[in-house]
Amino acid sequence: MSNVQRSFQRKGRFGEYGGQYIPETLMNEIINLEKAYNHYKDDPDFVAELDGLLKNYAGRPSMLYYAEKMSADLGGAKIYLKREDMNHTGSHKINNVLGQALLAKRMGKTRIIAETGAGQHGVAAATAAALLGLECEIFMGKEDTDRQRLNVYRMELLGAKVNAVTSGTQTLKDAVNETMREWVGRVQDTHYVLGSVMGPHPFPTIVRDFQSVISKEARSQILEREGKLPAAVVACVGGGSNAIGMFYNFIPDATVKLIGCEAAGHGVDTPKHAATIAKGSVGIFHGMKSYFCQNDEGQIAPVYSISAGLDYPGIGPEHAHLHDTGRAQYVPVSDEAAVSAFEYLARTEGIICAIESAHALAHARILAPQIGKDENIIICLSGRGDKDVSAIAKYRGETINE
Amino acid sequence: MSNINKAFQQKDPSGKPRSAFIGFLTGGDPSMEKSEEFVLEMIRAGADLVEIGVPFSDPIAEGPVIQEANIRALSAGATVEKLFGLVKSLRSKTDVPLVFLTYLNPVFHYGYDPFFKRARDAGLDGIIIPDLPFEEQPEVRESASKYGVDIISLIAPTSEARIKEIAKAATGYIYLVSSMGVTGVRSEIKTDLGSIIAALRETTKIPVAVGFGIHTPAQAAEIGKIADGVIVGSAIVKIIAEHGADAGNHVYEYVRRMKIAVAGE
Repeated sequence: MSNVQRSFQRKGRFGEYGGQYIPETLMNEIINLEKAYNHYKDDPDFVAELDGLLKNYAGRPSMLYYAEKMSADLGGAKIYLKREDMNHTGSHKINNVLGQALLAKRMGKTRIIAETGAGQHGVAAATAAALLGLECEIFMGKEDTDRQRLNVYRMELLGAKVNAVTSGTQTLKDAVNETMREWVGRVQDTHYVLGSVMGPHPFPTIVRDFQSVISKEARSQILEREGKLPAAVVACVGGGSNAIGMFYNFIPDATVKLIGCEAAGHGVDTPKHAATIAKGSVGIFHGMKSYFCQNDEGQIAPVYSISAGLDYPGIGPEHAHLHDTGRAQYVPVSDEAAVSAFEYLARTEGIICAIESAHALAHARILAPQIGKDENIIICLSGRGDKDVSAIAKYRGETINE
Repeated sequence: MSNINKAFQQKDPSGKPRSAFIGFLTGGDPSMEKSEEFVLEMIRAGADLVEIGVPFSDPIAEGPVIQEANIRALSAGATVEKLFGLVKSLRSKTDVPLVFLTYLNPVFHYGYDPFFKRARDAGLDGIIIPDLPFEEQPEVRESASKYGVDIISLIAPTSEARIKEIAKAATGYIYLVSSMGVTGVRSEIKTDLGSIIAALRETTKIPVAVGFGIHTPAQAAEIGKIADGVIVGSAIVKIIAEHGADAGNHVYEYVRRMKIAVAGE
């Protein structure tokens, strides 16, 4: 084995997971991206510009809100909500997108492309592109463009071109395939702003670093408010970007339980779910080795969730590693439990959250009563729920004219 | 060392080396029996090596033509095991080198050692894995070489400084990607293939075959002049998509024309 092979072999790994399983055409670009990132992440000008945008444009730090009524109602641990839904564009996605768009600009790129499921990442990417003067194209499964029409229109208002992907299952997985295909064809002037902690190295690390601001803030906010660390932090998991952001700075705190909530759809014993850790197995796809929902032949399975953002057959490699080592725990949450939690939070605290985030809330409703009143837990409210109102209504058998 | 070298030892009547023609189809589209027939038609028309695509649910390096062939093959019940059966059956009828093109996940799922053992037993000569770049090859290299199956390395117009490193470790032949993007026919190929091939020649004696986008006899003749082999995939798969079970004769006629162009006859 040559030295080059040896030095690259374990790069970008979390345990056995991660890696760079992508077409040769992208390899040089991925290597350049890693070099650029390693340079700019410590570059004072870059860091200052990103911090400025996060503070003055995205609206950070996001609030750590004490959900007093919910805490009293559940009768256990004090519940705090990390309000990523209050960010500009309405979700945690803006943290990563501002970072990557700035990086793309520094690399001399004039165009960004991105995949999106529910549209939160697409809206964030279109927003950053508008702000920074980059051309922007978004790839979204045809089925998702139908169930998230409002976000499609929002992206178009922001000047992005939205491509409805008609191949495969016409959802997030296929949007990723199509964005990769587009990137292979135009790697010279285009950066792929990957939306989650997935894909080939260095994306899982870059996205995690940009999202780790969530736990950085939450950790100091909770210490200031409660004088102690939380008993648990809870976040929903599709690819897992808000979850890794919520977990990251708590990983060294052994007493803090890290809990990821994945989409169980109609139930993990039915074929209609997206519960990768509960039902998946190790595989290699979308540039990474991780857990995937797949069949005996290694064909990627069609997955399902009421939430377009969680409707993904894989999970980021760092999560796979946190699962294997037992540092984090992953629990499946059904559509029904998520919808109930969505309605519960609206009535109890006056907050309409994303259906993705409602998966985390649903588990917190079970968890909080098991924990003493002198403890606290933090739930990442990854996004706001405007986009989901009509889907919830439909689930409950009502029709809304949008 | 596999059988692959044989494909690149073609000579014209004056004894001058000439370029090989490599055909591709997706295994199991529209059925295993028809794939066997089409491969044999390609060989009868003069194909020097045949690449057989193992269908995958999400072939990210392929354009629409091959994507759809993958879906058709999977819908018709193609499995890795049946693909090995196809190779085994072909092997009893021809000694033309046969190579799989597969994404890594089906191989990983089968298990690297069992996969390559089965490949050797079936008579497969090599494997192309579009989502396994050089840096990740150590993962399968040991199993593949234990069972004498060549891993065909890809080189792209963007490979730049990595060309030499990849070439040094290459086995079988080098698959030079003609242009950016996914598979599919292209009206023209603008990449300076000559200078990439020259850089490769400085490092390795392994044959260089060019693929992606080639579909006309004129393109094939042009590339045949500078490369050791010309790979044609989407154009053949398109013929199979159009004519289905009756594609045999059309595949033969097309490959015959392309082979003549490549050979410069």
